[in-house]
Amino acid sequence: MAAVVTGHTHRQQQTQDIMIRFYEFKEGIRIAFTAIGANKMRSVLTTLGIVIGIVVVTLMATVIEGLGTALDKSISSLGTDVYYLSKWDWFGSEWWKVRNRKDVTVEQAEKLAEMLTVAEAVVPVASTWQQTMKYRNRSVQGNVNGTVPDYEVTSGVVPAEGRFFNLYESNAGRPVCILGHDVAANLFEREDPIGKTVKIGGYSYRVIGVFEKEGDFLGTSFFSKDTQAFIPLENFLKVFGSNRSVDIHVKMREDVPKADAKEEMIGIFRKIRRVPPGEENDFGVNTQDFLKEVFDGVVSTIGVVGFLITSLSLLVGGVGIMNIMFVSVKERTKEIGTRKALGAKRRAILFQFLVEAATICTLGGLIGLAVSFPLSLIINEILPSSMPLWVVLLSLSISITVGLISGIVPAFTAARMRPVDALRYE
Amino acid sequence: MPLIHIKDVVKTYDMGAELVHALSGVSVDIHANEYVSIMGPSGSGKSTLMNVLGCLDTPTSGLYEFAGENVGELDDNQLAEIRNRRIGFVFQTFNLLPRSTALHNVELPLIYAGVPAHDRRDRAAEALSSVGLGDRMTHKPNELSGGQRQRVAIARALVNRPSIILADEPTGNLDSKTGIEIMQLFSDLHRAGNTIILVTHEEDIAAHSHRIIRLFDGKVASDQMVETPLSYARQGVAEE
Repeated sequence: MAAVVTGHTHRQQQTQDIMIRFYEFKEGIRIAFTAIGANKMRSVLTTLGIVIGIVVVTLMATVIEGLGTALDKSISSLGTDVYYLSKWDWFGSEWWKVRNRKDVTVEQAEKLAEMLTVAEAVVPVASTWQQTMKYRNRSVQGNVNGTVPDYEVTSGVVPAEGRFFNLYESNAGRPVCILGHDVAANLFEREDPIGKTVKIGGYSYRVIGVFEKEGDFLGTSFFSKDTQAFIPLENFLKVFGSNRSVDIHVKMREDVPKADAKEEMIGIFRKIRRVPPGEENDFGVNTQDFLKEVFDGVVSTIGVVGFLITSLSLLVGGVGIMNIMFVSVKERTKEIGTRKALGAKRRAILFQFLVEAATICTLGGLIGLAVSFPLSLIINEILPSSMPLWVVLLSLSISITVGLISGIVPAFTAARMRPVDALRYE
Repeated sequence: MPLIHIKDVVKTYDMGAELVHALSGVSVDIHANEYVSIMGPSGSGKSTLMNVLGCLDTPTSGLYEFAGENVGELDDNQLAEIRNRRIGFVFQTFNLLPRSTALHNVELPLIYAGVPAHDRRDRAAEALSSVGLGDRMTHKPNELSGGQRQRVAIARALVNRPSIILADEPTGNLDSKTGIEIMQLFSDLHRAGNTIILVTHEEDIAAHSHRIIRLFDGKVASDQMVETPLSYARQGVAEE
């Protein structure tokens, strides 16, 4: 009637409606903060489930992010488009199938190099684990690899100082070595390693090069070149014995289609290893793609576990919020009645309690973030990573959503109260 | 045209085992600028009548016209709007928001009416000043005396310039001296042109009004004008 009397137009009426909603919203936020402020302890305790949920979500995301970064780095250290032929499959083969496989020999590698025309480089690598390397009174443990000059091509790394050994040194089996960054740093500290003599497995080698720092591989330094030393294959076989299986690193020419090249390589290597047609390969064809698969497997496992924990704690948290909201509605029945008597519509009351629930949950989300941030710094020590911004935003939206969902039923209860009943409530 | 026109209003509560007739056929007309008391012993239906008049409750049957508008045909939101713009409530227990200042309490009806913030503040401050609490605006209810609280509530009832002020036992929680002060305030409001409906069971309080409607067993037992209302008497004294 007021609208008719004062002659408001339809547009004015609409603007008025929007303003009312806006003021109701502001009042809702005001009430929420007052209510939470009046029950600080209760509100904080209520958010526990949300806090746990948010901590799990953020840490999970941080770990996945960290693994991703680590994987990217590690993959790039493997070199792209390189196949690793080996007695073993890196992942996913049953041990009883592979234990009777014959060793991969240097001769097989040489034959493969001869026959495989699509390869840019075919490099045998023989390795022995945890040899002692000494310089004066200092010593370190690390893997020692025997290989050939083309290793520079397949690995894609060149020494930061000095050089890799040349074909002459390689064929002659000269006692020279290239050290990983950490090995050189630990043995020589501030001294220049180039030209110095180190003892590896009791034999003397002249240092001719040092690789640049590579960083950990999948979170461990064990597979990183940083902790290893490289010597000519000829020398390696004499010193550490030839009775071992070698790996063959194959880098394909870039002008050959990947699939064709792989096909041809496997075909030739089967011939070299005399695998009868129709039988499975008796060697592993490994690529960085395997790593990717393993990584995806790890990520989805973390994802599933994290999702379960998160859902569970958010469910518990949500029920907690719903419970406390019912209490809040009950406690403030008279206030609801008063507000209704003063002209609050159902919508305004609904709003008020939804905002309160969402605010409590957002509070929980913020506490969760505050807890998980230092934890993510600890994770950062193991897996280089940081809490991405999208995780922060995701956490807060999850919190608000949980708040709205668990607040909706109590809020409706409040909104639907008859003013006369609410006022009479003691 | 009467401001309030109710005819044959019946309110029945279904208490499960039996039906309770809180109002069994009440007809009353109240005009603008009347000062009416609704009296009756407990169980007489006076609270129910007040709830119906205040659009807090809807009658089971019967007609209720507020300023010519049939209230029975309005939905929840429209009723809320009527309460917001046309009716100012004063409760026995004050019903202030405990954690809000006097000013914010008075602003509440304006918030639900969509009045802009600065306007709201001015009007609330003005209303508080008009009940003599201009210097208590930032106080919270627990920092105010009972009489002051009821004044805040009256300011809140006035702030949206309603057609009627509906007061339910407004002095019930006050000592007699403060009660008289509050009744004085109502008399002033009436003189200023407001329509006041008072629900009370105290003759002393009802004596301030100009018309007393007595209910008994859900029916109007008597509806009489007061010959010399206390408010007039005092006014008379003042004028002499």
